Amino acid sequence: MNKTVNQKAWFLILPVLLLVAFSAVIPLMTVVNYAFQDTFGNNKFFWAGLDWFRDMLESERMWDALGRQIAFSSIILAIEIPLGVFVALNMPKRGFWASLCLVLMSLPLLIPWNVVGTIWQIFGRVDIGLLGYTLDALGIDYNYTQGFYAAWATIIVMDVWHWTSLVALLAYAGLQSIPDAYYQAAKIDQASRWKVFRFIELPKMMGVLMIAILLRFMDSFMIYTEPFVVTGGGPGNSTTLLSIDLVKMALGQFDLGPAAAFSIMYYLVILLISYVFYTVMTNLDKREDS
Amino acid sequence: MEWMAWTWPTAVFFMIIATTLVVFTILAIKFPETPRTGVLRIETTRGDRLFITLLGSAFINLAWLGLLSSPQWGALIVSFCYAVAVFRWV
Repeated sequence: MNKTVNQKAWFLILPVLLLVAFSAVIPLMTVVNYAFQDTFGNNKFFWAGLDWFRDMLESERMWDALGRQIAFSSIILAIEIPLGVFVALNMPKRGFWASLCLVLMSLPLLIPWNVVGTIWQIFGRVDIGLLGYTLDALGIDYNYTQGFYAAWATIIVMDVWHWTSLVALLAYAGLQSIPDAYYQAAKIDQASRWKVFRFIELPKMMGVLMIAILLRFMDSFMIYTEPFVVTGGGPGNSTTLLSIDLVKMALGQFDLGPAAAFSIMYYLVILLISYVFYTVMTNLDKREDS
Repeated sequence: MEWMAWTWPTAVFFMIIATTLVVFTILAIKFPETPRTGVLRIETTRGDRLFITLLGSAFINLAWLGLLSSPQWGALIVSFCYAVAVFRWV
């Protein structure tokens, strides 16, 4: 059968193109322009060449923030992915309790970032917060405004509390799509619980788990509001993650040039990692199809 | 447009990118292709290879700037060789 080739439908995406131009392309171009210039305000710019990029590449502050960011993202991924899978495996499969679990699990996902930050900020306070007060009463030295470990523990537990449900819900959806025949076959072969997980459930969940990892990585790598509300990047600079440092530089110190150079590099890193994940994901799908 | 703080070098940069995208779109319409699998063992089209080239070149330029004090056009030469390699083998 000969199909007529007609590409006119592409014109229908013009409105989206226009929207993306204004919301992403033009701001991004402006950031690139800023990265090569210096300004003292008043819309007067001076050519600075590659100086800001060189400064940023040599800046200890940026590498430290990047290190903290990588540590943060790795820690939360290492906790949230196995925990989410564990929760999904133990959730009821059908009936009233399954629905109740789903509703309870989605609750944290519906709370805005700044509210999550405020909840944990109060929850962890030693004078009025349940968590801080209890830990203090138990004799544990916990103060997220002064202690390095306490601050890190707080923002990590907060993120785990906020986002593990997303992983769990995705993994649960993956589990639900496995036909019963697989489990019956495993039973006939007298496969152990671990073998069922390793050779049936995990491979079938791989696709959604990759999406979960990608989403959680991206989100945590760009995280700003929650740690900013809880610790404000402190004590000292110990929880100053990349975006917090970037905002400090761009809006706090009004160093538009360095901040622009910094954000372009930040963007490139996110682009690279997302592309790798995306490629792995689409190739997994293709392998499953064939 | 003044608030966007345009300069000639950045404008030329974006013009080159835009021209490349237009050329690749025309190529894709005039000479449709089937994806192929290269050394990375992933299926790539011309567009994918262009993306890998541009992203890689950005990192090559940054690495050059951060690690060496030689003039920046050296990085462009490396990027060009990288581009040829990507389009040939990936």
